[in-house]
Amino acid sequence: MMTETQNPMEMEPTASERTVIDAILGSAGAGNGAARTAEGLRVAVQPERPHGRDRLLPVLLALQERIGWVSPAALGEVARRLRLPYAEAYGVASFYALLHLEAASPAVVHICDDLACQQAGAGRLIEACEREWGPEGAGEGERAVAWHRSPCLGRCAEGPAVFVQRSGASSFGLGAVETPATVMQSLEEGPRPESLPFIYRTDRHPQPLTERMGRLDPTSLDAYRAAGGYSGLRRALALGREGVLRELKEARLLGRGGAAFPTAAKWEAVAKSPDLPRYVVLNADESEPGTFKDRLLLEQDPYAVLEGLTIAGWTVGASKGYIFLRGEYPLARARLETAIATLRERGYLGESVLGEPFAFDVEVRSGGGAYVCGEETALFNAIEGKRGEPRNKPPFPTVHGLFGRPTAVNNVETIANVPVILRLGAAAYTSLGTADSTGTRLFCVSGAVGRPGLFEVPFGTTLGELLQAAGGLRPGRSLKAILLGGAAGSFVGADSLDLPLSFAAVRTRGATLGSGAVIVFDDASDLREAVRRIARFFRQESCGQCVPCRVGTERQWELVERVVAGRPLTSWHEERERHRDLAAVMRDASICGLGQTAANAIESAWALGFLGEGEAVQ
Amino acid sequence: MNRGAAVEGRTVTVSIDGRPVEVEEGSTIREACVAAGVEVPTLCYLENLAPVNVCRVCVVELEGSRALVPSCSRKVEPGMQVRTDSPRVRQSRRMVLELLASATDLSAAGEEVHRWIEAYGAEPDRWGEPAPYTADAPTPGSAVTLEQPVKVDNPLYVRDYSRCILCYKCVEACGDQAQFTFAIAVAGRGFDAHISTEYDVKLPESACVYCGNCIGVCPTGALMFRSEYEMREAGTWDPQRQTVTDTICPYCGVGCTLELHVQDNRIVKVTSPLDREVTRGHLCVKGRFGFEFVQDRGSATP
Repeated sequence: MMTETQNPMEMEPTASERTVIDAILGSAGAGNGAARTAEGLRVAVQPERPHGRDRLLPVLLALQERIGWVSPAALGEVARRLRLPYAEAYGVASFYALLHLEAASPAVVHICDDLACQQAGAGRLIEACEREWGPEGAGEGERAVAWHRSPCLGRCAEGPAVFVQRSGASSFGLGAVETPATVMQSLEEGPRPESLPFIYRTDRHPQPLTERMGRLDPTSLDAYRAAGGYSGLRRALALGREGVLRELKEARLLGRGGAAFPTAAKWEAVAKSPDLPRYVVLNADESEPGTFKDRLLLEQDPYAVLEGLTIAGWTVGASKGYIFLRGEYPLARARLETAIATLRERGYLGESVLGEPFAFDVEVRSGGGAYVCGEETALFNAIEGKRGEPRNKPPFPTVHGLFGRPTAVNNVETIANVPVILRLGAAAYTSLGTADSTGTRLFCVSGAVGRPGLFEVPFGTTLGELLQAAGGLRPGRSLKAILLGGAAGSFVGADSLDLPLSFAAVRTRGATLGSGAVIVFDDASDLREAVRRIARFFRQESCGQCVPCRVGTERQWELVERVVAGRPLTSWHEERERHRDLAAVMRDASICGLGQTAANAIESAWALGFLGEGEAVQ
Repeated sequence: MNRGAAVEGRTVTVSIDGRPVEVEEGSTIREACVAAGVEVPTLCYLENLAPVNVCRVCVVELEGSRALVPSCSRKVEPGMQVRTDSPRVRQSRRMVLELLASATDLSAAGEEVHRWIEAYGAEPDRWGEPAPYTADAPTPGSAVTLEQPVKVDNPLYVRDYSRCILCYKCVEACGDQAQFTFAIAVAGRGFDAHISTEYDVKLPESACVYCGNCIGVCPTGALMFRSEYEMREAGTWDPQRQTVTDTICPYCGVGCTLELHVQDNRIVKVTSPLDREVTRGHLCVKGRFGFEFVQDRGSATP
C-alpha cells in the first residue's frame, strides 16, 4: 500500500510562503507544533485550542494576498502549524471563493453581474472583458489578467462594479467601470480614489446615521468627537448595564440585519448568562445583493460603529469584540484598522476604556467570499477556522455562540443605532418612525431610478416617497417591479408605491425589508434575467450542508433556466407546482435563513407573472 | 457514547401526535417518537454518532416553531407538542427523499429508504433527464446528478460518490466520533460539496488507515468493500445466499464482535453490530479486512 507519489501538502513551501505564514502564526519552532510530522496527525487527538484554529482563515487570506494563491505546500505547512488534518484544512480552503487553490493570474478581476449591476450594463462590460482577456477563468495562472463573474459586490449605486485581487498587493474595489481599460489603468497606476455614491440629504427629518458621511474625515477621532461622538458611550458608562438595556428597550430597537429581533432582548440574554467569557460580534459580512449601507457606514463613519460595539461590549460584559468583515471590502478594513489603532492609543479601547474598570478590544476578521457567512452561526464557524456552515439552532448564539460562548451578534446598522439612542435618548429616538418600527432606516436604492444611492428615512416612509427621493424613474419609463430585501427578499408590483416601509406593514404584503435593499425595475429592465441571476446566486452560495438547500437550489436553477428559455417540462402549470414544492421544503426544512428564503423572490416573480408564459399565473 | 446528555431518573412528558409520551430528560424528539412507537425516517442519523442533522428527512412539526425541526437532534422540553404526520411534515419528507433520489444513485441504499420513497410518494423522475455531474449552467430539461466515475484506488474498499447523499457520517466516523484519523472532510460548497481527501489525493496517499468505519456507517453503499463491489460488478453479489455469523475478532484482546457475511463459503464482508458496548460497531483494519487468511488456508500451509 506504500506509494511513490507524494502528497502535495507535504511538499516544501517556498521561502516567501513561509514568511507570510510566520507573520501570522509566529515563527516555526515557537512551540506551535511546527515540528509535528504528517504521521503524527494520524493519531493525534486535537487538544482544545479554541484560539489556534481560528487563525486559519487569516493566514489563508494573507497567503492569497501576498502570494496570489494558496498552494498545496503552503496549505500543508499551515495545517501542520495549526495541527489541523490536511483534509480538513483543504475542506475549509475550498469553501471560500476568494481563495484560489490553483495558481491564479497576477490580477483576478471579479465582475459583478448581479441584480443592480446587471441593469447598469455589466453584460456589456463582461463582453468587452471577454474580448480583451479571453473566456471567463480560462488560462488562469498563465494570463496576466483573469476574470470571473461575481455575486453582488456592494457597489450597487455605482455599477458596474468590480473587485480586483492582485498578487502581492492589496485588493481593491471599483465602481462605474465602463471598459476593461478602466481596470487596467487602476492596475497600472493604483486604484483611483474612492468616490461616494449619492447620499440623500434632507432637513425634513434627522438623519443620525448618515449625517457625518462624506462630511467628516473618517480617519479622525477628533472630528467624530467634535460631532458628538463618544457621548453615547459616556452616557452608557454612566447609566450602567441595566440602564443601557432599559434605554434600548424603551427605544424599541429592532435588528436591521433582516430578522428584526429586539436588540435589548438579545443583549439581556447574553448579559445574564453565567458563562464566561462572553463575546460581541459585529456582522459586517454584508453580501445581500443590492445592499451597500454597511460598507458605507464602515468606510465613512467607522468610529460610530466602534462606539456602538464598545457599548455592546460594556452592556453584555464582554471584553472582546470581533468584526467579521466582508472580504471584498478592503477599504472598510483599512478604515477600521486605523480607527481601532487610534482608539487604543487614546484610551477608548484597551485595558481600561475611558479610565473605567472596563476592558474592551476589537479584532477585525475578513471573510473569504461566502454569502452564507452572513448567517450568524456560519459567521462564528468562519471566525473559528471552520467551513462557513450554519449551525442548527437551538442552541442560540446568546447561549452558545462564538467559541461556544454567549455571544451578542449584531448587524452594522443596528450597532450604529446604539450610540444614537444613547445620545438622543429613547424618547427622541422613538419620535422617529412608526410605533412598531422606531428610528430611521437605511435603504440602498439601485436599478432603474434617476438617483441611486443611500437613503436614510424614518420607518413608515412609503415606497413611493422613497423612489421620489431617489429621483423617480427615468424619463418616459414606467415602473414594473421593486425587489425589496435583495435576493432573499421578494418582488412587489408597481401598485405598491403606497406601501409604508415599516417591519409590520411590509409583512402584511408578504414581503420583507430584509437588508434594506430596494432594487427598482422599469419597463426596459429584463426581469427574467433578474430571476435567472437570483436562481444562480443561491445555487452558487448554498453551503451544501442540508439537502433541501443543496439539491433544492440546483433544481430551482434548472427550473428557472428552462422556464426562462421557454422550454418547460411537461407544462407551465406543473413547473409552477414543482417550484411550489421546492419552496415549501426549502422554507420548512432548511437549516438556515439562506435555504429558507432561497425561493422567496422567485415565488413572488411567479405570483407577479414574470415567469410562466408572460402573464400572471395563478 | 453520545448519550451523556440524558439525565437518568428525571423525565419529561411531551405530546407526539396527540399522545403523551414520557422520556428521560435530555432525550431527543426522535427518541420520544421511538418510545411512542412512531417510525421516524433518518438518513444522516446513526446511534453511534452524534447527530449532524443535515439530511432533514426526520423533520417534525413543533408547535410554536416557524420552521420544522430535526427530531434527531432537538432535545425534548416539557409540554412540547409534536406532529410527525402533518401535511407539512409529509411534504418536506417527500421532497427531501425526492431531491436526494433525483441526484443520487440510491440503488444500494437500505430497503427502508426505498420503502420511505414509496410511502411518502416521492417522484424523483419529475425533475428532468438525469445528467452526469457538472458545476456548469444546466442544459434546459436536464437534472444534474452526482454521476461520476467510481474511485478504485486501493485493494480494500471503493468510493462511489454517485451514491453519496453527503450525510457526513463517514467524515464523523473518520474524525472525532470514532477513528480520529481525519482522512476525509467535506470540500467545496453547495451542490458541488463533496467528501474528499485533501486535493482529492488517492487514499494510499492520504491519512487513511483503512479501518473501514466509514463503510460501516455509510447508508447508501457509496463506500463499499472491494469484494462486494467486484461481486456486484460481476453480477454475483446475492444477499439472499449470504449467511451472517457472529464471532469475536481474533486479533487482540479488545474483543470486538464481528459479523462475517459469507456467500458460497467465502467471507465477502465484515460488519460489527452497533449495539455492542465494546466499540459500538466500529472496528480497525484487522477486524474489518483481515479475514483473507481464513480463506487462504491452503496456500498458507507450509
